Amino acid sequence: MSAKPHIDAMTPVPFTVTKRTQELADTFTLELTPAAAGGAPAFLPGQFNMLYAFGVGEVPISVSGDPAYPEKLIHTIRDVGAVTNALSKLKKGAQVGVRGPFGSAWPVNEAQGSDVVIIAGGIGLAPLRPAINHILANRTKYGRFVVLYGARSPADVLYVKQLQSWRGRLDTFVDVTVDHAGRDWAGNVGVVTRLIGRANFDAHHTKVFICGPEIMMRFTIKELTGLGVAKDDIYVSMERNMKCAVGHCGHCQFGGHFICKDGPVFEYARIENLLQVRGL
Amino acid sequence: MVKVEGLDKLMAEHPFFQGMDETSRKTLAGCARNERFGAGDYVAHEGKPAERFYFIRSGTVALEFHMPSNDGLVIETLHDGEVFGWSWMVPPYEWAYDIRAVELTRVISLEATCLRKKLKKDNALGFELYSRFVPVMAKRLSSARQQLTDMYGKS
Amino acid sequence: MSNTANVQADDETGGPIGAVVVKSDRLDSLIKALRKGGYKTIGPKAQDGAVVLEEITSARELPLGLVDDQQPGSYRLSKAKKPAYFDFTHGSQTWKRYLFPPKEKLWTAVKAAKGFEVQSEVDAPKYAFIGVRACELHAIQIQDKVFVEGEYTTTGYKTRRERALIVAVNCRRAGGTCFCASMNTGPKVGDGFDLVLSELTKKGTHEFLVESGSAQGEKILAKLDGRPATNADFKAVQKAADKTAKSMGRDMPGDATKVLADNLESPRWQEIAKRCLDCANCTMVCPTCFCSTTTDTTSLDGENAERWRSWDSCFTLDFSYIHGGAIRRDNAQRYRQWITHKLTHWHDQFGTSGCVGCGRCITWCPVGIDITAEVRAIASKT
Repeated sequence: MSAKPHIDAMTPVPFTVTKRTQELADTFTLELTPAAAGGAPAFLPGQFNMLYAFGVGEVPISVSGDPAYPEKLIHTIRDVGAVTNALSKLKKGAQVGVRGPFGSAWPVNEAQGSDVVIIAGGIGLAPLRPAINHILANRTKYGRFVVLYGARSPADVLYVKQLQSWRGRLDTFVDVTVDHAGRDWAGNVGVVTRLIGRANFDAHHTKVFICGPEIMMRFTIKELTGLGVAKDDIYVSMERNMKCAVGHCGHCQFGGHFICKDGPVFEYARIENLLQVRGL
Repeated sequence: MVKVEGLDKLMAEHPFFQGMDETSRKTLAGCARNERFGAGDYVAHEGKPAERFYFIRSGTVALEFHMPSNDGLVIETLHDGEVFGWSWMVPPYEWAYDIRAVELTRVISLEATCLRKKLKKDNALGFELYSRFVPVMAKRLSSARQQLTDMYGKS
Repeated sequence: MSNTANVQADDETGGPIGAVVVKSDRLDSLIKALRKGGYKTIGPKAQDGAVVLEEITSARELPLGLVDDQQPGSYRLSKAKKPAYFDFTHGSQTWKRYLFPPKEKLWTAVKAAKGFEVQSEVDAPKYAFIGVRACELHAIQIQDKVFVEGEYTTTGYKTRRERALIVAVNCRRAGGTCFCASMNTGPKVGDGFDLVLSELTKKGTHEFLVESGSAQGEKILAKLDGRPATNADFKAVQKAADKTAKSMGRDMPGDATKVLADNLESPRWQEIAKRCLDCANCTMVCPTCFCSTTTDTTSLDGENAERWRSWDSCFTLDFSYIHGGAIRRDNAQRYRQWITHKLTHWHDQFGTSGCVGCGRCITWCPVGIDITAEVRAIASKT
């Protein structure tokens, strides 16, 4: 399922930066609104936009805002290359080209009535935040709700304040871990898989949404299936080289799937065999 | 000092001893004692003789490397139901890192010399212990290796 | 898109509406009429030892009397015994060169008071393609599925395609590497054309059976002066088609799709990799390959920016680059990607095979890798 972009799919629409927040040393968030009247298109949690930095280039970035408030288009971006670096230099009032939203979504509707476990690693929390927002806004439609997050170190924990406020809710279990920490970190240290055993959810009646480095996804899935979670109850967000985002350039193919159209969110059972083939 | 029967009961409740026959467990309980650490207390220091094997009943401990330029680098935290302190099995029987209690932590600890004596006498007991501990180490190694990849770092 | 199959005569002498036989010298007036109608006529031409597709202004530019000898890794043109216009089969170029140009500007952006403004660009000449083979027509229809019939449409391709007039031609001869018969894409043209030509050279005559396949084709046909088509004409065309189909030197195994899907980790991939040079010729000459990349450029003063789309190939190392490395670092993996996409995944993505059996990839591969042979090798588990 996907929401349709509102203009020719290869032409970026100018959006204005209304707010810029530095999240971590190399990660920042831009809040955007359309430059022209008409409103931002609705998006589904898990979808992404192609963001264009004038004269530099385009990158695929997941939407990380609240699907209930699409007029505030929010993107959390990591500064890792020429385009993201150019985006990181934009100030309030500058313009960004936006194409999208594209791609498949986290199945928040199918998950109603089940427990939901969100497992994120590093920047992977950004594409999951819209799903978390949606579930919390419709909390009674779901069973137990668990959010597990792993980051490199305490200084790399994304959305710290939100994690605290999610945890502060009496109906949500949040656990965070880091790969290493100083003595002043009172939380967990270790891989995110080790948080799973301590979370309270019904393995046979849950949906799990995972987003993070592929190594993390592999070990997390192993842990989950070991606990009895079914492969078609696990969803992952995949990543590949992307140029057009509309299924015309061929770059994002993963087996026969176009990550831009058939993904980025996939049911694990559907791609399990592909994940096992090296260099596919 | 809690009697051996009381300790045996506590050990039976700990996940590590699940499925262990009563006799073996009671034998091990003979080397056991109940301990408690306050938040910030050090259970062990790197390089010091490793004389005990620990089973966390409740609480959290941090495995830490002390660093010259800061207070310490925590590389793992362990919780209720977990175990730590395997250096007593491996010569030269010295702690590999600092262990600090993060919060009030209650443990059962087994004394190393006592353990080693009993294991020498009874090989079957040794098998019971090691066959429980090897999977723990395997999982620790796997986790440590994942942490080594620095997967969240600059890609 | 038009949808009329070849029309059969219903008696010995009569020709139905939609088919006429013209003398071969009428070909030139057809081209001139199309040009007068505002079409940019593109057709085959002999150049630098191969047949290329370029703008032609008269029938004299066509490769009259030339035939090709195509083998794995080899292409030669030579003079035929009997002069015909279309007895060569094809060259390295395909019609995608015009419908899906190697380089295309998508839009320009100009700095404005508060940011920038974007303006789409569409370059869509009115093309008339002269001499489209059955396999090539299928290839165009396959690319239509990618660019026009999916969830998103590429405006440039769509417009050029809508404006294009297709004058197809039936093959009387199989090329050395052709296997369209086994792919059900030829040698006889099916549907989707405006006009189709079938060359007739018997008993010292040189004629063309011209049939229309669309309303537009009808209009043009009505203006051609020739004689009515007879049963004998249709029979001759069918005979030539059958002979062509039977004479193809290779075929694609019918279970190719499944064979590749089931053997993603076959040791054969490494064997192919030892020979494959990653030159990407196959993707360039293939009429259905559609991979592209986007390039963003800016003027020196930073005031203007452009986005261009250009052909790309999955054989390049950086095609699959993410996060400091490529996914397909090994050329065996890249070869596997190309062929499994072409023969297997294309079915899941677009409902047909991606291959039309034209044989270009076999001819133009410098080391002569034959995809039909490789599929067999993988199937036999050697």
